[in-house]
Amino acid sequence: MFDFKGFSMQWYRELFHDTRMLIIVLNTIIVALLSALFSTIFGMLGALAIYNAKKRQTKNMLLSLNNVLIVSPDVIIGASFLILFTIAGVKLGFYSVLLSHIAFSIPIVVLMVLPKLMEMSPSLIDAARDLGANSWDVLTKVIIPFISPGIFAGFFMALTYSLDDFSVTFFVTGNGFSTLSVEIYSLARRGISLNINALSALLFLVTLLLVVIYHFITLRNNKASGLGVQKR
Amino acid sequence: MESKLSRNLYSFSYFLWIVIFVILPILLIVYYSLFDIEGNFSFVNYQKFFTAVYLKMTLSSFWYAFLITVITFLIAYPTAYLLTKTKHKQFWLLLIIVPSWINLLLKAYAFLGIFGTYGVANSFLKIIGMGEQQILFTDFSFVFVSVYIFIPFMILPIFNSLNELNPTLLDAARDLGASAWTAFYRVIFPLTIDGVKSGWQVTFIPALSLFMLTRLIAGNKVITLGTAIEQQFLVTQDWGMGSTIAVFLILIMILFMFLTNTRKRGV
Repeated sequence: MFDFKGFSMQWYRELFHDTRMLIIVLNTIIVALLSALFSTIFGMLGALAIYNAKKRQTKNMLLSLNNVLIVSPDVIIGASFLILFTIAGVKLGFYSVLLSHIAFSIPIVVLMVLPKLMEMSPSLIDAARDLGANSWDVLTKVIIPFISPGIFAGFFMALTYSLDDFSVTFFVTGNGFSTLSVEIYSLARRGISLNINALSALLFLVTLLLVVIYHFITLRNNKASGLGVQKR
Repeated sequence: MESKLSRNLYSFSYFLWIVIFVILPILLIVYYSLFDIEGNFSFVNYQKFFTAVYLKMTLSSFWYAFLITVITFLIAYPTAYLLTKTKHKQFWLLLIIVPSWINLLLKAYAFLGIFGTYGVANSFLKIIGMGEQQILFTDFSFVFVSVYIFIPFMILPIFNSLNELNPTLLDAARDLGASAWTAFYRVIFPLTIDGVKSGWQVTFIPALSLFMLTRLIAGNKVITLGTAIEQQFLVTQDWGMGSTIAVFLILIMILFMFLTNTRKRGV
């Protein structure tokens, strides 16, 4: 294994013939996409809730509560979620992993969406109201289009957080269900092998791709900021 | 009226999340720490935490986290400083940040290969005549890899605060006769202390709670608070003791955040 003879795609081929591994890859992608989707929805609602809070104190308190999951160490999040799921009777597996990924991605989405909301001029909402829009129209036709760059950025952040997470997943995953990080960990504990190398290379490429997409979204965000108050 | 109702409806789902996934888990950790392994209510876990074994573990965890933070800081500060002086600073910064996007496991795994018996590090040692050494599974490799992982997180806030620094302040200090060193520790460092503090925050707390690296890289030679929690929860299945350690980790975290609190002055 350590004497290099030449290049080959053998380990990639082996990787794609390993059904167990393919199922794990599929699991990881499904969990990442679903958790990003749900956390984006709830995170957006959370940002709106914080934005709508009347008192400054309430706002600050909500923000601090929001940030608890961002600053607390993964081990504590994992351990406390393990207790939570056990007490609530959620079977450890797909749903517990999905729920915890949604839970720890929500605050990140909130932090991505909130600055966009703060940037929005309140007169936009007043204007829409004056023109006869009801609150549903205001939300879907004025607010959401305006904050959509923040929502997309939040979605991609949630996606990368979910793909990247090891510690929390490791605690709540139980037997029988596994994501890529957990699988790599258990394989790596046995030493290095060439199919993890191939797998790592693939995972690295996917991450890089996500980063590039995220970068372009933020680039567009910066250009689009101030759109609401277009000067003519 | 109607708007208030819908507003409450969408706020409600968020508040529900806060209650279930933020407040409840912390309360559950505190609650579980009050039960011994048989499920009886007692303070035995707290008594156990203050015995020599656990105190020694806490101290060694502190020592490693401190070592990692200091070394990371000593590397990150000059790097961030040099970065602000380069021509394409955003590009160089991006190059330094990119590794932080790669999965932690992959980085740890890469070091398994580099530090292994047949890895690059050992071939290098052989060439310079030091012979084969056991690098992997030592505390040296643990500190090295952790420092490598935390460097981008330390550089970013320091870079930001250095970048915001008004360069005329430095010129003024030099004009008034300050040497380069005096200008640094009287002007530059105090003005960037906020960035330094947030850099310490994002390094020290995670360094206390690392558990995957201690298993993969340090080969169980180093036990951090995080490793102990993982051990109690998943191996020993003593959730009470694990929760007790977690309670202390939370307390330490709050204390550390309080000590390094960066008060935003009015800009």
